[in-house]
Amino acid sequence: MGMQTSKSFVDNLPKIYGGYAGGFLGFVILLAILEQMGVPNKIIGYCFVFLTIGVYAYIGILSRTSVLSEYYVAGRVVPPFFNGMATGADWMSAASFISMAGGLYLGGYGALGYVLGWTGGYVLVGVLLAPYLRKFGQFTVPDFLGVRYEGNAARICGVIVLFSASFTYIVAQTFGIGIITSRFLGIPFEVALFVGLLGILVCSMLGGMRAVTWTQVAQYIILIIAYLTPVIWLSTKLYGFPIPELTYGQALNDIADLEKKLGIVKPHIAAYVDAKGQFSWVEFNNFWALTLTLMIGTASLPHILMRYFTTPNVRDARTSVGWSIFFIFLLYFTAPAYAAFAKREVYANVIGQQISQLPAWVQNWSQVGGLLTIKDGNGDGILQLSEFIINQDIIVLSMPEIAGLPYVISGLVAAGGLAAALSTADGLLLAIANALSHDVYYKLIDPKASTVRRLVVARVLLVGVAIIGAAVASTRPAGIIQMVAWAFSLAAAGLFAPLVLGIWWKRTTATGAIVGMMSGFLVCVFYLVGTRYFDMPLWFGIRNISSALFGLPVAFIVTWAVSLMTQAPSKEMQDFVDSIRTPKGELAWLKGQAHE
Amino acid sequence: MAQLSPAQRDAYWAKTSRLMWIIMGWWVFFSFLIPAFAVQLNTITIAGFPLGFYMAAQGSLISYVVLCFWNASAQNKIDQEFGVAED
Repeated sequence: MGMQTSKSFVDNLPKIYGGYAGGFLGFVILLAILEQMGVPNKIIGYCFVFLTIGVYAYIGILSRTSVLSEYYVAGRVVPPFFNGMATGADWMSAASFISMAGGLYLGGYGALGYVLGWTGGYVLVGVLLAPYLRKFGQFTVPDFLGVRYEGNAARICGVIVLFSASFTYIVAQTFGIGIITSRFLGIPFEVALFVGLLGILVCSMLGGMRAVTWTQVAQYIILIIAYLTPVIWLSTKLYGFPIPELTYGQALNDIADLEKKLGIVKPHIAAYVDAKGQFSWVEFNNFWALTLTLMIGTASLPHILMRYFTTPNVRDARTSVGWSIFFIFLLYFTAPAYAAFAKREVYANVIGQQISQLPAWVQNWSQVGGLLTIKDGNGDGILQLSEFIINQDIIVLSMPEIAGLPYVISGLVAAGGLAAALSTADGLLLAIANALSHDVYYKLIDPKASTVRRLVVARVLLVGVAIIGAAVASTRPAGIIQMVAWAFSLAAAGLFAPLVLGIWWKRTTATGAIVGMMSGFLVCVFYLVGTRYFDMPLWFGIRNISSALFGLPVAFIVTWAVSLMTQAPSKEMQDFVDSIRTPKGELAWLKGQAHE
Repeated sequence: MAQLSPAQRDAYWAKTSRLMWIIMGWWVFFSFLIPAFAVQLNTITIAGFPLGFYMAAQGSLISYVVLCFWNASAQNKIDQEFGVAED
């Protein structure tokens, strides 16, 4: 790889990443042999963390660049298949990898709203947005708003929404990296955070989007191997068939029987029930509200949309969305199997047993602070359901031990979780820093800046945002971790309407879009802050994680109404929209618009 | 912009919009309509999976993968028909 991505590199991608995946498997086998020879667990954990970060760093350094289009959009050469993998890693965060299966364990059917919501949004991306943004072919999402809505007001509004949605998200990712690193290296959280920060920066600083793209592909391969291995093993062990997504139906059956035996009133598979097992309209409404919010949030988050700026053409952008959802689907349709296997194990072998004779994995994890608590409340020596409290993160982390796998697989899972957190953090960091360096610095402050200067500013901002993110994460802000879910609502309420209407409705005017997006965004913020900090009652019982449900219609209706009240966009602007809608041909730029 | 006349351009966009609405229709069907009947569907069990649970955990997800690839190939056909596909 030189300064510009060469064709032979792109042609060789299957060979390069095939060799890489094979090498990684060889490395896991080597560590497994070392473990059998008596190498201590701590060393194995170190090997996983440092070797994988080392590989990412190596790719990051190889991908360094001083070309603007390489830095911002990876030279627009990323083939759809690989962009799909990169998007998968970009998308799946520490929360998807580590916490979601646990959420399904605790929530049963109710938590499937996350599974639906975090996948279905890609249909919206593929149909409504990605191909048109690719045709537009600039560097950032606010770029589109700035050009379509003729001016810096729209651009700044876009940056504000982008920043508020992405920054809380990146703090949570950094926090997750600190937790994983500190657990597997046995070092203090603050030091682990610093190691993680280096891991993030080394992937992105020198090569921007180009480096992040190629490390994300590498990270996807590790995270999917790590996620699938333990559960495939357990499925084979329990039911003699290595496809957990098919065999967990039997586990669901077992769970239903055990629930009756244990007298559990809220069945795992029951839809829309409250804690007493009765049908509840509030649960019903919250389910679809959450699904909708997460889907539209997916289609509005700039770190996802900007991945489709990197494909060679519009056609590839569309196919790339298909590969993205396929690679994401591989993890998401496996998560419910994790939950079912773990629940079956707990109900069959943990609850109702003598506390002195619990399985080894329960005893091990109950010694790690806070993840699993056993408290013999009535002192009868037998574990009741109410005496067993688990943190949702433990489902994925303890699966290798539940399946009776050696420690090396636990190390593999940690490497997978780290890959998930690092790749998402990198994507977010780049989305924020690029918006600041391109949209704020270059477009607003210094439009005459030279290429060298722009790249220096981009990197300084990147490091700055990363350090601020890590500094906020080091205070362990519980509030911010909960606010991650807000990112989806904020992005959905603020960005979806101006993006979609800008492409699909020519009559959308600049004033309409700006007023619309800000009113949607503010309604959403009002509901979030009011219900979270000021005891405002919920509207229609909708929890604040789905607050975009109120912001979205406001954004659409206000944009529509104000657009009709203001003068229709010029003929030139309408031609420009037409040129975005057609894959072939040049863009019909308006006079005086700077672009590259 | 490509060499389309205004009439061709409108026809192209009408076809593209039609495809968009069809895909959006299926998206609503799998995302909202099927889950709305989860309680009823759960009374049917296939290979241990209650159907309502299965659809939200796997069935709808498979449909999203199919919809995205379908959209890509159908839109390509429209592009070729109107001669606006990229080389």
